[in-house]
Amino acid sequence: MNHANLFRWILCAIFFFAFIPFSFAQKADTIKIGIAGAHTGDLASYGLPTVRAAELIAGKVNAQGGILGRKVELLVEDEACKPELATNVATKLVSARAHAVIGHICSGATKAALGTYKDAGMIVISPSATSPELTYSGQYPNFHRTIAPDDAQARLVADFAVKNLELKKIAVIHDKGDYGKGFAEFAKKYLEESANTQVVLYEGITPGAMDYSAIVQKIRHVRADAVVYGGYHPEAASIVQLMRRRNMKTIFISDDGVKDQTFIKVAGPAAEGVYASGPMDTTNNPQAIAAINEHKKAYGTEPGAFYLNAYSAMLSVLNAIRQAKTTDSEAVLKALRAHVTDTPLGKIKYNNQGDAIGVGFSIYQVKNGVYVEMK
Amino acid sequence: MKYAPELKRSATIALWLILLTFPIMVIQVNTIENIVVWRWMNIAGVGTVAFVLSFLWQIYQHRKTESPLPVSAHLPAFQRLLADPKLYRPMLIFIAAFALVFPFTASHYQINIMSTALIYIMLGLGLNIEVGLAGLLDLGYVAFYAVGAYSYALLNYHFGLGFWTLLPAGALLAAFFGILVGFPVLRLRGDYLAIVTLAFAEILRLVLENWNALSFGPSGISNIPRPGLFGIELTLEQSAVYMYFLLIALCLLTIFVIYRLQHSRIGRAWVALREDELACQAMGIDKTRAKLTAFALGATWAGMAGVLFAAKTTFINPASFTFMESAMILAIVVLGGMGSIVGVIIAALAIILLPEYLRVLGDYRMLLFGAALIGMMVFRPRGLITPSSRTYVFQPSEHQERT
Amino acid sequence: MNYFWDLFLGGLTRGSIYALIALGYTMVYGILQLINFAHGEIYMIAAFTALIVASILTMQGLTGFSVLILAGVIAILYAAAYGFTVEKIAYKPLRQASRLSPLISAIGMSIFLQNYVMLAQTSDFLPFPNLLPQSEFLDSISAWIGPSDFIIIVTSSVVMIALSLLLKFTKMGRAMRATAQDREMAMLTGVSVNRIISRTFIIGSALAAIGGLLIASHVGRINFYIGFNAGIKAFTAAVLGGIGSIPGAMLGGLVLGLAESFGTGYISSDYESVFAFTILILILILKPDGILGRSSQQKV
Repeated sequence: MNHANLFRWILCAIFFFAFIPFSFAQKADTIKIGIAGAHTGDLASYGLPTVRAAELIAGKVNAQGGILGRKVELLVEDEACKPELATNVATKLVSARAHAVIGHICSGATKAALGTYKDAGMIVISPSATSPELTYSGQYPNFHRTIAPDDAQARLVADFAVKNLELKKIAVIHDKGDYGKGFAEFAKKYLEESANTQVVLYEGITPGAMDYSAIVQKIRHVRADAVVYGGYHPEAASIVQLMRRRNMKTIFISDDGVKDQTFIKVAGPAAEGVYASGPMDTTNNPQAIAAINEHKKAYGTEPGAFYLNAYSAMLSVLNAIRQAKTTDSEAVLKALRAHVTDTPLGKIKYNNQGDAIGVGFSIYQVKNGVYVEMK
Repeated sequence: MKYAPELKRSATIALWLILLTFPIMVIQVNTIENIVVWRWMNIAGVGTVAFVLSFLWQIYQHRKTESPLPVSAHLPAFQRLLADPKLYRPMLIFIAAFALVFPFTASHYQINIMSTALIYIMLGLGLNIEVGLAGLLDLGYVAFYAVGAYSYALLNYHFGLGFWTLLPAGALLAAFFGILVGFPVLRLRGDYLAIVTLAFAEILRLVLENWNALSFGPSGISNIPRPGLFGIELTLEQSAVYMYFLLIALCLLTIFVIYRLQHSRIGRAWVALREDELACQAMGIDKTRAKLTAFALGATWAGMAGVLFAAKTTFINPASFTFMESAMILAIVVLGGMGSIVGVIIAALAIILLPEYLRVLGDYRMLLFGAALIGMMVFRPRGLITPSSRTYVFQPSEHQERT
Repeated sequence: MNYFWDLFLGGLTRGSIYALIALGYTMVYGILQLINFAHGEIYMIAAFTALIVASILTMQGLTGFSVLILAGVIAILYAAAYGFTVEKIAYKPLRQASRLSPLISAIGMSIFLQNYVMLAQTSDFLPFPNLLPQSEFLDSISAWIGPSDFIIIVTSSVVMIALSLLLKFTKMGRAMRATAQDREMAMLTGVSVNRIISRTFIIGSALAAIGGLLIASHVGRINFYIGFNAGIKAFTAAVLGGIGSIPGAMLGGLVLGLAESFGTGYISSDYESVFAFTILILILILKPDGILGRSSQQKV
């Protein structure tokens, strides 16, 4: 093969790829649910559990003959939590005439994509985007979520730290991400409202940095009683481990991003005693137990982050379609707000802002390697 | 057996790769429940792929050494096509017609990713001024892009200025930032320059991430208005088409300006600077000025592209301006063949559209994209279009003869 | 004062890891003038290999020191093999090409290796066992210095001294230095340049593997993405010290680590990386060839 030949082949290949999307015929009469989120890149672990939840439900529903006599078809699109890719994915799903979207995963990507969905009148349910403005601003009537917004969580955590634990000096640390920083800002605000409590340190760390010794030293230096951390579990695990290795007894309180079994696995014994807020206890919910067992059976592992939220989101949208007896988005939107769905997160429906009613938070503490709800 | 030695060698390579990938591909440990999963089937996969690829590679090498092509044939087919006006004129017309018809036949999604690709053509051409022409390796080009995007978003947010006012404003601000970065790094050469530009870009990104009062931090700025068309209300699909034509027009402008620049006095000064800095200085070229203009002009296009990006996505946050973005733009320039306009255009389309069309492949998308980058470099190390230097002929004018 | 000392040690620990990785960058750069962006991924792969081997050994009932040695040796061997193979696949065919082509190929390799590990293993963070040995001696000094900090600093110093001796006194070291100075001249004097390049990659990767093993034990978690940030910082360290210079890479790593540690401790961790990059820019403006870089006079 000489150069010219090779080049012709490459050209052919490019044309081939360029026309693939045109050649896909519209498959008639399926209910199309877009699954959008990070499936590659550094945040893939937050997006993939949603895909699995959707696949499991779709498989189950289709085995029973679908909904309204139509099969459920999933359109899984990756945007790596990048806003610019998220808009591409959004237009792709709108072009493909998806009936609803489960996603996106990150608040930033969700915000970027929502404009497109809004103009198309498409229903979006995110399992994990917690930025308060998504629902409070009232700009996105088509947006829903199965997770509580940051400020509700921050309020709970702050109250717990001030009233239950009676802490005086608190260091608020965040990971500079949309989620973590949002939570930390609210937490700081609510903590400062209390007269007896003082926020002695408010700082961001770099996610993915090599180690966090310096910030741990600083926490020790300011003699904080507790750390309130906004962010996800990988960084939290490192910080807690470093603190315990340095024999620091500082209390560690964090958010839903940390209330994940992976945190305990990664942090090991250091995780013991850590507080984290998370969706209300679901361990006794038969739906949740069934959903987790399904995952274990299909993939051989414990489900990852936001799995139950995604599972509930998928169930509620399918239920709304079933109740509305159509895939028309107006009708489905009404059904989402009118009908209660029995999900792993409990019995939920959505308020007019789009936040799920019945999804609340409680505080958990790690005891003997598992999160136990604080009563 | 004609290919016996090649087959044997391929088998060795395949065996080596099987051994090499063994722990990662075959063993999966679950440290929590103390389970080890042995995925022996993966060995077969790795072995087959490695064997076939290395065999093809060796045949390719073999052919290349056996029958060296005549010099003219070293130019790729495409480039020979370009050299012949009889062929390239109809092709240009075809491309122009395609570009015109495209938004009316393709889906919204297709138009959207094509618009993204057009933004990257502008970015590629802009970086081409710095890297391709002036030889200044810039690994932080995305900083200028961010300056453009944020100046549109913030000036619009605070002062309500419109798209058409802010397009030149964003470009100017980016150019100013370009000069700002350019000054301290004038003394640096080669890879020192590369790392300092990377450092500047990272610093800018971190400032945007942390300085909430200025930039709204990581939660970004949403609801950035799309460009207006004489006050006419556009639907989402219409505004995508409008954006597309706007980008086509700006790309044509970019191409025109850069084509003129390339062969101007300053353009030749850049090429001289790239080839040999000392000799260039000895020829009386003002090195400082040449470098600064390269930075400023390169940044101008990035600034414009940034404004367009913000207007297109209607949401920006610092996550869009990471080092990986700079690397992708650089890949476009290098793949396009450093200094070639046509090359940059083709490369931008390839680099941006390929991962989108590879979506069919799901999770394997980025894996194959990485492999494709390596493959393209290995097979065409000088880029898709080999830049041929233009020969300038000295034509003594009559006026000069008389004096 | 105590606070200062703690920050100093933290910086030193982090800096020694940067230095270990930076050595790989600087050695490859010295010989090929190539920024090997895939180097950070080698470090990541080494950490994964060590984790896999260590878990299997632990399940077989082995404990303590033997696990560390076996997992370490295998991880180092594998990292070296990866370094060797990466060079053969992605850089060797490009030896005659312009300087930027291998750079893009390296970026491609980095993306490929990240996704390869993500797909073949997992996208989640994995807990990394603390392989570093415990002893009474370490306990006795733990008031002054954390055990893992101590081990990291001591190990990396020993490794770096060994490398310096290797480069200074062995035949291979001389050949490497000769190739770095002038590749063609070295070839004329009978140095097999291809072999030297391979060895450079092998040694550089082995050093990165040691760094990966130490830091993974120290931090206690890994995923497929850890190579990226570490790689960028280590590359910065290499340039800071004067790219191509071995002592420069060590010094650069330490300066960077300390700058980040003190910056975080006394100012704010919001701008941790900003301190590193600002130091880099300031030093390069004052000394355009890095702290210990030879100021190369260009000849026409």
